[in-house]
Parts: sequence; C-alpha cells; structure tokens
Amino acid sequence: MFNSEIETMSESKMKELQLERLKWSIRHAYDNVPHYRKTFDDAGFNPDQFKTLDDMRRVPFLTKQDMRDAYPYGLFAVPLSKVVRVHASSGTTGNATVVGYTKNDVEVFSEVVARSLACYGVTENDIVQNAYGYGLFTGGLGAHYGAEKIGAITVPISGGNTPRQIMIMKDFGSTVLCSTPSYALNIADYIESNMPDFDMSSLKLKIAVMGAEPWTEEMRQQIEKRLNVDAFDIYGLSEVIGPGVSAECTEKSGLHVFEDHFYVEIIDPDTGEILPEGSEGEIVYTSLTKEAFPTIRYRSKDITRLYHDSCRCGRTLVKMDKVTGRTDDMLIIRGVNVFPSQIESVLMQEEGTEPHYQIIVDRKGTMDEIEVMVEVNEKVFSDEIKVLDSLAKSLAHRVKSTLGITAKIKLVEPKSIPRSEGKAVRVIDNRKK
Amino acid sequence: MNVTQISAFVENKPGHIAGVLKVLADNNINIITLTVADTADFGVLRMILDKPELAKAKLSENSITCSVTDVLAIEIDDTPGALLKALEAFSNLELNIEYMYAFTQKIHDNAVMIFRFEDIEKAKKALVEKGCRIIRNIDIIGEDK
Repeated sequence: MFNSEIETMSESKMKELQLERLKWSIRHAYDNVPHYRKTFDDAGFNPDQFKTLDDMRRVPFLTKQDMRDAYPYGLFAVPLSKVVRVHASSGTTGNATVVGYTKNDVEVFSEVVARSLACYGVTENDIVQNAYGYGLFTGGLGAHYGAEKIGAITVPISGGNTPRQIMIMKDFGSTVLCSTPSYALNIADYIESNMPDFDMSSLKLKIAVMGAEPWTEEMRQQIEKRLNVDAFDIYGLSEVIGPGVSAECTEKSGLHVFEDHFYVEIIDPDTGEILPEGSEGEIVYTSLTKEAFPTIRYRSKDITRLYHDSCRCGRTLVKMDKVTGRTDDMLIIRGVNVFPSQIESVLMQEEGTEPHYQIIVDRKGTMDEIEVMVEVNEKVFSDEIKVLDSLAKSLAHRVKSTLGITAKIKLVEPKSIPRSEGKAVRVIDNRKK
Repeated sequence: MNVTQISAFVENKPGHIAGVLKVLADNNINIITLTVADTADFGVLRMILDKPELAKAKLSENSITCSVTDVLAIEIDDTPGALLKALEAFSNLELNIEYMYAFTQKIHDNAVMIFRFEDIEKAKKALVEKGCRIIRNIDIIGEDK
C-alpha cells in the first residue's frame, strides 16, 4: 500500500477529513472563479452555509458544457503564474476542455497514480512501459509521474509503433504495460499474426494497467490470456485530475476511490437527487485538494455505483463498480438504451470472434438502424456461405436476446476496422447531422 | 486424390478480389480455376491453385482470411445429360453437395467438375465403388512445387 494511513482510514475519520477539505475547496472555488460565484449566488448558496456533508445537495452542479464555455482558462482558480502544467481533452464534440495544475496538484496527481500502481502490485523493482500517448492527454504524463514516484524504471515509449513496443518490451524486460485495453489487444494481435515464432515466455510482462476507455470483463480475459498478464483497471477523468481517481486492487472486483482527494456522490441523472449508497446512477466528483482547477460537483456522465465491502486487500476506501458506459456513449436505438460495451460482451461470448468491432447507427426514414461490423478471422471463417451466414445470424440473435434490439451483423475483412493506438472509436452515429 | 482448394473471404466492394489476386501474382502462383460465391456484403473466393500451401501462407501474411479445404474433382462426360446423371447418382447415394463449379480445361477429353461434399470421405468411397473417375491433385497442379 502506497499510503496506508489514508487507504485504511476508518469511514468516520475519512468523512471528517472530507468535510474539512470540502469547506476549503468550495470556498476556494467561490472566491477565485467567477463561474462558481455566479452559479452559487444564483442558487442562493453561500459557502459559509456549508456545515455538514448533507449540505452537498445544495451545491450547484458543474457540467462539461460549463467547462467548454470557460475555454481555455476560465475555470482556473489561481493566477496563471502558479500553473505549471495544462492538459486538454480532444474536443471532438466542441471546444476542448483545458485543465490546469499547480506544483502541488502535480504532486497529488503523481501520488494517486502511484497508489493505483501499488494496488496492482507494482513496486520500485518493476520496469513500466508506458504506452499511453504523451501529450495533452492526461494518460501519458499521469502514468509517467506515478511510475517514477513509486520508484520503478519508467520507459516513456508513448503509444504506437507496435513492432518497436514489442522489441522494447523484450529487450528492456518490461514487467508492466500501461496502455488502453484496445491497444493492448492490438499488440497481442500483432504478435499472433506477424510473429508466429515469437516466444511469449521471452517477455517478463506480468501486469497490464488498462484505462482511458470503458472495457468489459470479457476483454480483460482476452488481454490476460493473450499477453499472459494480470490486467487491472485504472480510472480517471481529466476534468477531475486524470487517471488515478480510482483503481482496482488485486481482488479485481470494483475500484477503490482515492476519496481523500475526490469526494464522490451518485445521483439520479434525470432529477439530480443524491441516491443512497449501493444504488446505480451517475457519479459526481468534487475535488478536495486541487488548487488550479477545482471541480465542484462535476457531472461525469459515468454510470456506476458506490459501496463499502470490507475488501480483502485491506483498503477501507469506498469502491465503485467498473465503469462500462458513459451516458455520453449511450446509444438510444428505437428507444432502447444501449452501451457499446454491451455489444462487445455479446460479441466476445461467441467463440473466435475478435474484440475489434464498430457500431454504425443510421436513420432510415424514421427508423434507427444499427449495424455492427465484425471482422472475420481464420477461427470463424469457412469456405461455406451457410456457415458464415449462421455466424452472422447467431450474433444478431445474441444481440437481440441480450439487448432487445435488432442489429445487422456485417462481416468484414480483418484489419478493416481502424486500429486505435489510443482510445478506440466504437461508434459512428450518422444520425447526428 | 483430394484436390486442395483455397477459399478467401472478400468484402463485396471494388478492388477486393484484385487484392487477393495481387498476392498470388506477386508470389508467382497460378490459378487453375476459381469461382466466387457472393452475398450482399461479402463473397467467398474459391480457388484451385498450383501452389496451395504457399498461397495460404502468403494470403495469411497479407491479413487475408483464408482456409484450406479438400474437394473432389470428377470427370464428367462432355455430353448432354451427363452431369444430370452424375448428380442423380450422388442423390441416390445420399451424398449432399455443398457447392460445385466447373473446371476451365478438359481432362481426357472430358469435362471436370469440382464438388464440395458435406462428407468427402463418404463421397469418395461411394464414388470409387461406382467407378467414377476422380482426378488426383497431382494431375491438376503437377508435381508438388
């Protein structure tokens, strides 16, 4: 455990710590960021009225749109001279959101990533190959600083150039791989299809630190089997800090939230009401220590639940379920809510099908149509059309029986779905015009 | 006496069959005969090639999904009604044909048809007993190259 005092703190002591820090964070935001001052004032809420955790319900939410509107520095709470780093989200659906860090914020960021790595069993004796992209994306530098903080050898290879990744992995004796889960499978694919004589036992890899996109248990099993590793989830959002908001432990059941830095609530996404512990809903984040970019009640759109389960790893931190969908990614197909990850689960239950898929949504007249492109590899290919037809039918049937929607399964050639070196593009929605 | 067929998965889009043929041409592999089974989205290109093993290896290397299947090449008299007679015989023997296609050249002045039977061993046994002329791989592709 990287910080056992915090990670094993009793629930009541943690609540005291959170309350004290919340008072500071809410006051800090109100005093230094015009946006918070305005929304708090409009809601008739004054930070002085914040006395107990129950008062959280009176604090207005912050949305992704608020962040976009504040582009680039509108939500910063310190003078720019105190900011030492910025990161930004890609901004594919509007203005990028820019987040800032003071020296102390970078320190906190490194600490929570180091704690996460320690959760998986990473130590100073490890060699961490960091295949997250270095750049505005928080993943690259986030994992880098965390790995250094833990004292491991950090290999800043960044994403892409798969043959080189494999060579470095072998020559440097990397024991830990940090990447998106889709990129980890890309590496496995490359070895399997281009390096038939490659001896997997020549790799020392044992831990895969997977994050930055939602992934399923089925995908975990594939990564673990094909790369011969234990794969763990690292979760985070740049709006809150980056990776390291929460992490799985070796139990692989739920993620511990580093709640001394991030206060979490579950709300009903429709009404905004706080839901009791154990209920599923949208998770909302409030930073407790961040100086440059406080986030007060940020609506993440991630669907999960929170619970305490006296985890066998000994951590007392609140746990959240693995996030397999964001309300943003959620597709509404003829009125049915569908997460891409559900389709992924269905596909991977069929023997031999690849974890590479793409969902295309279109509207024909008034009807939504969904087409799932699935790559045909040699495990499922046959010279007989009827066998291929029945594969497509069987997948369509599984989608129908699991999700209740009719999807067209389109069989496509291997490698025709673009491979990602960062976040995979799972959905192309042609309805939005 | 089985004939080796290579089948490749191709999307039903311009240039996709050409992509397969390019790999064969680049590796000096000759096509003895071929046929395409098509559906709305994809097709299966079935080919008899002079170097099937090399073809399989090279196609896979180029990320083209393919498979190796044993089929039977059977001589059929080049006269009206001869194919019908052959098929009636298969039917009597309860041999189910998955698909069939014709050869581009004659052997012993007879037409040659390629048959993909559900159960090739059963078909072979029955056809040999019946005195059908089954053509060996070596007669089609020559010595193993």
